[in-house]
Amino acid sequence: MRLADVLNIVQARFFLPDSVQSPSPSVLNRELRVGGSADLMSDVLCYDMSQGLLITGLINPQTVRTAEMVDVAAILIVRGKTPPPETIRTAWEAGIPLLGTQMTMFEACGRLYMANLPSAVRFAGAPPPDCTAH
Amino acid sequence: MAQLPLSEQDMLVDRGAGFITRAEELAYELKVEQVMTRDVKTVTPRTLIIDVLNLFREARISGAPVVDQDRLVGVISIEDLIRALRDSGRSELRASVSDYMTTRLVTVNVYDSIIEALKLFAKTKLGRLLVVDRAGRLAGIITKGDITRGLLNALQRDIETEELKRYRASHLFEDIISDRTSLILRYHIAPRDFINGGAASSNIKRALLRLGANPQLARRCGVAVYEAEMNLIIHATNGGDIEVEIEPHQIVIHVTDDGPGIEDIEQAMQPGFSTAPPEIRELGFGAGMGLQNIKRSVDELNIESTPARPRLIMKPKRGREEWELSREPAPGQGTRLTMKFFLQADQSLERHSSTGRESAE
Repeated sequence: MRLADVLNIVQARFFLPDSVQSPSPSVLNRELRVGGSADLMSDVLCYDMSQGLLITGLINPQTVRTAEMVDVAAILIVRGKTPPPETIRTAWEAGIPLLGTQMTMFEACGRLYMANLPSAVRFAGAPPPDCTAH
Repeated sequence: MAQLPLSEQDMLVDRGAGFITRAEELAYELKVEQVMTRDVKTVTPRTLIIDVLNLFREARISGAPVVDQDRLVGVISIEDLIRALRDSGRSELRASVSDYMTTRLVTVNVYDSIIEALKLFAKTKLGRLLVVDRAGRLAGIITKGDITRGLLNALQRDIETEELKRYRASHLFEDIISDRTSLILRYHIAPRDFINGGAASSNIKRALLRLGANPQLARRCGVAVYEAEMNLIIHATNGGDIEVEIEPHQIVIHVTDDGPGIEDIEQAMQPGFSTAPPEIRELGFGAGMGLQNIKRSVDELNIESTPARPRLIMKPKRGREEWELSREPAPGQGTRLTMKFFLQADQSLERHSSTGRESAE
């Protein structure tokens, strides 16, 4: 699935720094290998998210930094949240497209999954999935 | 559910749905003034056609702007000259430019993207466009050849910039001879600096890639150092320091702070154990998976921590007959995290020892 398809499927738009008019057209062709959603950043690091789409409700700059560490291809912010300028700038500098949709996490994930975006796989050796239950 | 109105970006998506190359993308980024020819031969309305003919022949050009006292008034091309010749033979060569020039001017602005110039070329079938500055004065001309040259140069620069950085860095270990060469990167991490949090990790990851580390190794180092950096920001009273020592065959990352220390390291290693306050958890951190993620990413992990210890203080009272006892904890002396990564022979940052890398190039 390409980033252009994501824009259509979840009715998303780009968040860009004020100085930038439009996203660079080539990012629309960026191929997404998998998708994964999390509101816990350490959770993101547990999954093989490389060349994937990170779907999250978090809007602080660490979201971008986390994504950068695991080679995420693009970030989709759900629930109509608008990230602060420093997050938008960090994403722009890291070369990671930052998108937003009004949809809930549930709906956005559901639509993308139904459109054949596969789920990211958990790394072998990652902490057990239920470890946040403490 | 309410949906966003279609924005300009969305429309761009539809138009851009086809495959877009880097060259096409550059056509949006490059400005006309970056590729245009500035040194333009011009004529005046009073220049004779015969002189224009000679100018075209000598300068090997096929057209020239007509300028009257700094003002752009027209353009004259080889087609106009042919028209003049056809009209009435040699005598017409004594006519002046104003009789045959084209006054319908097709111009682009210096600050336009070259995509605008390309659109005009397609629409008008012209061979050259006049370029005007903000005041409407002639600044240069642009041809399709200028655009091709400009795009090729830009593509070349694109490739070269990152390649050059990578090339310079990747030769470091083979160019500098010593018994044991290492490169040390140091970063200070400010406490509670969530805005810049992760910037050091980002720079470390980039440095490793430029040094020729394979992407998987860079990702492992990135994840481990990122969790450690966030720990400094969240827990260390005065922030802390990250020191990365890079050698061809191993990478050692020390993360030190003078914060409260870890009470029970084994407990801290348990998945889900966290002492992070709620406001940190709201940022998506403090889930108690940090050390787990570090453990998974590194080849060797060493944690030394001096947490607060109980301390009994005794002070003599009146003539040492009585003692005043007080209990207060001695402050913690911080934590030192050492993360090691061992590079396989085929991942070495020193290219001499890496046969796989050499053949890949």
